Amino acid sequence: MATLPSVHEWNESLDRIWQAPVGIIGWLSAVNHKIIGRRYIATALGFFLLAGVAALLMRIQLAFPQNTFVNAEQYNQLFTTHGISMMFLFAVPIMEGIGLYLVPLMIGTRDVAFPKLNALGYYLFAISGILIWLTLFFGTAPDAGWFAYAPLTETRFSPAYGVDVFATLIEFTEIAALIPAAEIIVTVLRFRAPGMSINRIPLFVWAMLVTAFMMIFAMPSIIVASTELSLERTISTQFFNANLGGNPLLWQHLFWFFGHPEVYIIFIPALGMVSEVLATFARRPVTGYPLLVVSLVAIGMISFGLWVHHMFTTGLPILGLSLFTIASMVIAIPSGIQIFSVLATLWHGRLNLKTPLLYVIGFVVNFVIGGISGVMVASVPFDWQAQDSYFVVAHLHYVLIGGAVFPLLAGLYYWFPKITGKMLNDRLGKWNFWLVFIGFNVTFFPMHISGLLGMPRRVYTYLPGLGWDLWNLISTIGAFILAIGVLLFVINVIRSLRTGEPAGENPWNAGTLEWATTSPPPVYNFEPLPRLAAATPCGRIRKAHTSSRSRSTGVKHWGQVRSMRSRKCAFHCRGIRLFRF
Amino acid sequence: MRILLMRKHARSNPRNFMMGLLLLCLISACAPAAAGTPENPSALDTHGPGAAQISGLWWLMLGIGVVIFAAVVVLLVMALLRKRRSTVYTPAERDSDTGRSWVIWGGIIMPLGVLAILFVFTLHTLAAITDPVDTPLSVQVVGRQWWWEVNYQQQGIATANELHIPVGVPVQLSLESGDVNHSFWVPQLHGKMDLIPGRTNTLTIKADDPGVYRGECAEFCGLQHAHMGFVVVAESQADFDQWVVGQQKPATAPTDDAVQRGEQVFLSAGCSFCHTVRGLDDSSVDVGKVDLGPDLTHLESRLMIAGATLTNNVGNLAGWVVGAQHIKPGSLMPNINLPADDLQALLAYLESLH
Repeated sequence: MATLPSVHEWNESLDRIWQAPVGIIGWLSAVNHKIIGRRYIATALGFFLLAGVAALLMRIQLAFPQNTFVNAEQYNQLFTTHGISMMFLFAVPIMEGIGLYLVPLMIGTRDVAFPKLNALGYYLFAISGILIWLTLFFGTAPDAGWFAYAPLTETRFSPAYGVDVFATLIEFTEIAALIPAAEIIVTVLRFRAPGMSINRIPLFVWAMLVTAFMMIFAMPSIIVASTELSLERTISTQFFNANLGGNPLLWQHLFWFFGHPEVYIIFIPALGMVSEVLATFARRPVTGYPLLVVSLVAIGMISFGLWVHHMFTTGLPILGLSLFTIASMVIAIPSGIQIFSVLATLWHGRLNLKTPLLYVIGFVVNFVIGGISGVMVASVPFDWQAQDSYFVVAHLHYVLIGGAVFPLLAGLYYWFPKITGKMLNDRLGKWNFWLVFIGFNVTFFPMHISGLLGMPRRVYTYLPGLGWDLWNLISTIGAFILAIGVLLFVINVIRSLRTGEPAGENPWNAGTLEWATTSPPPVYNFEPLPRLAAATPCGRIRKAHTSSRSRSTGVKHWGQVRSMRSRKCAFHCRGIRLFRF
Repeated sequence: MRILLMRKHARSNPRNFMMGLLLLCLISACAPAAAGTPENPSALDTHGPGAAQISGLWWLMLGIGVVIFAAVVVLLVMALLRKRRSTVYTPAERDSDTGRSWVIWGGIIMPLGVLAILFVFTLHTLAAITDPVDTPLSVQVVGRQWWWEVNYQQQGIATANELHIPVGVPVQLSLESGDVNHSFWVPQLHGKMDLIPGRTNTLTIKADDPGVYRGECAEFCGLQHAHMGFVVVAESQADFDQWVVGQQKPATAPTDDAVQRGEQVFLSAGCSFCHTVRGLDDSSVDVGKVDLGPDLTHLESRLMIAGATLTNNVGNLAGWVVGAQHIKPGSLMPNINLPADDLQALLAYLESLH
């Protein structure tokens, strides 16, 4: 008669099977999704800080008219590298990294579908990013803007090899981005825990699934574009040379067909993070799970129909442009669903005002401003004034920072205890939040004004007396406030890694599966894999706490979650939201 | 064809060289103070129907946007501050459907309504600014790194970085590019239109009031994109006609010795390889093929130089000739090192080009 192994034997065998190899070779050959996810997050944050420093240098240059802090060539390399680093090396990889870390945990499985491929993706990304930054330090960084319009990027106008670096390494980065996309799709569709039907997965997993599908459709366009650019510069194909039958607009179409979904690839995981943080800190389920899922899918799909709004001033026929105005405005509707769901959840919730929730509130305020300015520039005639001016710079930073970085910081504060086993200091976190919030708004709000006053973007200097001086100076001051805020975050992370409060399994009394294992999780994630009970409705059923220090120090049993240690086999988790139409 | 001529006796005659250097220093010190005319190229300070229509749309969108933002902030603050009645969760709070009406009304119905209104106004504005009108005047604008070639083909005029248009008359601009993408943007008159190699885009602008309106290049076009400005001068029909007549004349022949000498310097320093001066007899150059630099036939009639970076006066002109790479590094204009006497003569010649 076979007997079940004891819990101790079970853990030992799991350890043996799943443990990473040791030593340098072990470190290099690690494939566990949590290790790869942590590396993505850390590397992406490194590129974020580098790109932020580049931005500070740019702001110093623009603080005064005709400043000579950096020259034209240096400034052009700085703003190009800032854009490339933020978009390709920070925003997408960090969302992917957090997704790779959390998705297997949230759906109750041990790893992603293809762990070795996962490691490859990370190395491609890291090496490409480091090489791009090295070129800046050597003074040969790409200098034609992060969207690198042809024919400026052709050899005859950009003879230095910075643009070749861009074309080649972006290809690698984009291939690297496809790998987590494939991982997430296969893992979510095939590896969910028993009982977790697709309509029970957390909203963050939905967001990553939608994002992954978007990447599969969007990345090929930039891969084609950057391949064509590489060929143009090496073997003199003439894709973009109008003198020999090519068309500069081809680059713009190919790039923006990728480029617009790209920004939603960055935004949608952030929406998923907002939903998770919100549910935990409002201590109730997020309002309208089905509506939210539909809105995520809708944003994903509609975002592929917007790309020409980056080309409104190129002289394309205005009937076609009007269709893109409609689409660009319509995408505000699913975004509105998300925002009002946040408001409704907050209204009916009992709020635990910790740093993650503060960042969610900051997201609402800043993203709504960005969304409103977005609807404005969606309108063709107004875009004819605003395009390529600082108004657009203001808009894009409001939606990217407000819509992605704020939720990201919320998510980092929220999941840091799970990833590292230590809590981030909440008081420092609040200082961090306020400095970032105030600094961000002081930096970018005046750009709406200087844009309307006629200041074009990507200018390394400007003449005095045009009405732009004051706004630029204010922006620069704001940039330094923002930088101090970010510095506080870095300090918080470093300090907490060393001497942070131990977190325990579920410091936030949260309801998703990743909180039903230790912090940090063992390499095999869960001892026996969780099995979800089908019938019990779940939610954040617990007594409301009136005290602010409601976080417990030990293992917290949430709703009716039972510890697996008391059971020999199946583990019943009732902490998952039940999807009801 | 870029020829940088170093005058041999600049090296062998230290006194002249030092004088030239001193002049350069004085000019560079003055240049920042003299740079730019204090015109604010604001899209909200409209002087043309295009900009006015767009500005009207902007104020509508701003009004609606402010109301929506205020509503969201008020709801947010109320959600944060409202008193929850008891400490025990109600079944409604535990239910994920609670608050769905917020999402449907605020997230779907309200945006649909607002966007429908905005779209209607957008189409109305778009139609108003793109309706074909009779354009008695046409101008061809060719964007080059980093200056604007302006040709009035019907009138036989070529100039650079400056357009003159009569007040109240719609003007059709044909926008072409000689190298990379640029964008023609005069915020006070109209929205922008890109100049893309291989395409001719058209933009119809009209000024309702006389004035000098600053324009900028609004598509990143390389190193000196920041210094690729231009001006649009709107004047009465009579003044415009007078300007056209003046521009159509070839360069006035030199009347005094200094100007005559300057003309010689212009030729021997190689200026005519890049700059056309109609009426100047230079058999070494095929005038029809010279388009590397602005046409200088009527340089003195222009308000600004160097892509609307510097006010057109003798000090700035001297600084530009001798130290263009200091003002606009990377531009195609090289530093022309001249001994002080030659420089003075050249300036006298250039100043004679009314």
